[in-house]
Amino acid sequence: MTVELKGTAHKFGDDINTDYIISGKYKFKTLDMNELAKHVMEDIDPEFYQKIKPGDFIVAGKNFGCGSSREQAPRALLAAGIRGILAQSFARIFFRNAINCGLLVLECDTSGIQDKDELEVDPLAGKVIDVTRGKVIEVRPLPQVMIDILSEGGLVNYFKKYGAFRGV
Amino acid sequence: MAEKIFGKKVGKEVQAGDLVIASIDCAMGQDGTTPLAIQSFEEMNAQSVFDPGRIFFVIDHNAPSPMESVSRLHDRMRAFAQKFGIQVFDVGEGVCHELMVARGLVVPGDLVIGADSHTCTYGALGAFSTGVGSTELAVAMASGKLWFKVPETIRINLQGKLGIGVFSKDVILFIASYLGADGATYKAIEFHGPVIERLEVEERFTISNMAVEVGAKAGLMIPDSKVISWVQKRSRRTFEPVFPDDDAHYAEVIDIDCSLLVPQVALPHRVDTVKSVEEIGEIPIQEAFIGTCTNGRAKDLEVAAKVLAGKKVATGVRLIVAPASREVFLQALQMGWVEEIIKAGGVFVTPGCGPCVGTHQGVPGDGWNVISTANRNFKGRMGNKEAFIYLASPATVAASAIEGKIADPRKYL
Repeated sequence: MTVELKGTAHKFGDDINTDYIISGKYKFKTLDMNELAKHVMEDIDPEFYQKIKPGDFIVAGKNFGCGSSREQAPRALLAAGIRGILAQSFARIFFRNAINCGLLVLECDTSGIQDKDELEVDPLAGKVIDVTRGKVIEVRPLPQVMIDILSEGGLVNYFKKYGAFRGV
Repeated sequence: MAEKIFGKKVGKEVQAGDLVIASIDCAMGQDGTTPLAIQSFEEMNAQSVFDPGRIFFVIDHNAPSPMESVSRLHDRMRAFAQKFGIQVFDVGEGVCHELMVARGLVVPGDLVIGADSHTCTYGALGAFSTGVGSTELAVAMASGKLWFKVPETIRINLQGKLGIGVFSKDVILFIASYLGADGATYKAIEFHGPVIERLEVEERFTISNMAVEVGAKAGLMIPDSKVISWVQKRSRRTFEPVFPDDDAHYAEVIDIDCSLLVPQVALPHRVDTVKSVEEIGEIPIQEAFIGTCTNGRAKDLEVAAKVLAGKKVATGVRLIVAPASREVFLQALQMGWVEEIIKAGGVFVTPGCGPCVGTHQGVPGDGWNVISTANRNFKGRMGNKEAFIYLASPATVAASAIEGKIADPRKYL
């Protein structure tokens, strides 16, 4: 089985923190992710929410998602239509949170991808195709427990199904 | 130390890189993350919590509530806690990371998770503590367990002796500039050396607190005799401290001589862009903030009061102080520090997170420069993306409040 996902790249730089993804001034007020979605990346790109088409990808440099542990960050990105994040590296709490709420996080060499490139992502095969540039990019594999959580659509469903973590 | 704590929790020897399912000693959630954890808990159809005596909720980030939607989320936390018998530290009790240690809830050798990135603070007690998201808090509350990757460790030896006017905050800001914002991602840090040994326990928390600012999963220190007696005074729990082996393997060993260190300032909008106060130049300020889980403790207010005693906050500067807890506030009152700070022109807000995370109590104006004792200076962090946040020690912040510009505290000490 292959799951191929297509979307446009939105390019960001290094060290995009969770305050930028969703500012503290919004995230404390509500659990409504559709409301929070309107404010994603607002402080660094006020028009970002308008630019997203459902299924798009964020492409970033190193240390994406550093800073606070707020799970509202990956959840708001998902609600805004972002399907996954491709980055050189991720901050650890964001990385776990993303998997836990079913947002794809792919560690790979993003240096050749440009803003607005069309991407095809095959998460199971661990492969990204930059269609615009005709390049295939290898993705660093995830540990099995994370693949299992992603396969269930996130940690809530995983835990509902298994009631505990299975052997890691 | 990380390997040994995880080994103890899973009952066998483990190595860096191993994935383990480990039992946790306690779990903490605050008002920015717990409502979502409760939602996940309910969506999982979880029926009970693993041990209500090991779960703690703290209402500190947005307290007292500035609006009705926040009040509803706070009430949701209170109702959930009441249903399961979980202790809530409500409005005004203090910052979560101060309460967890000062109330004796965390002890050396513990494995602790908290739905807040600065949970790494408790590493100063020799506990492995780390931040998680809301859904992981939900799973931990329900099952008492979580999966972890045992991290590699960077050892940092802090040699020499800190000069007058140089504090643990200056040390960790220097380390942040040295390692960079992702210098320790997915690794633990162990802080060693005579500088740590000389610091009082509450000063050590400042360093462990900011381990996450270089991406670290934990910021560990040896639970020496100071730590043991500090914890014994506060906790009724029995505990088994864990120490690193003499032949422990480290991913990297870094030696830093702190003797020549001068007061440090992190520049907007990055924690790892740091200059010494001597080379920073003329930076006028409009707001000065002393508080947070990094620097809102008694020693912090003491040094601020010492700097401010008999002086006046400069015209055009708002000095806001948020004690880390009710106990810290009381101590500061009894010691006369509150009076010194208020006479100088400072204002006190509710013990808790204060204006650090931009939800209330001191949102800066457009174009303002803020000097703060907090741990983050990201654009927009304090609620206004048009403001500029500088990070420094309480002494530097107090000195800057007096001069109306970023100032060297050493002449006041």
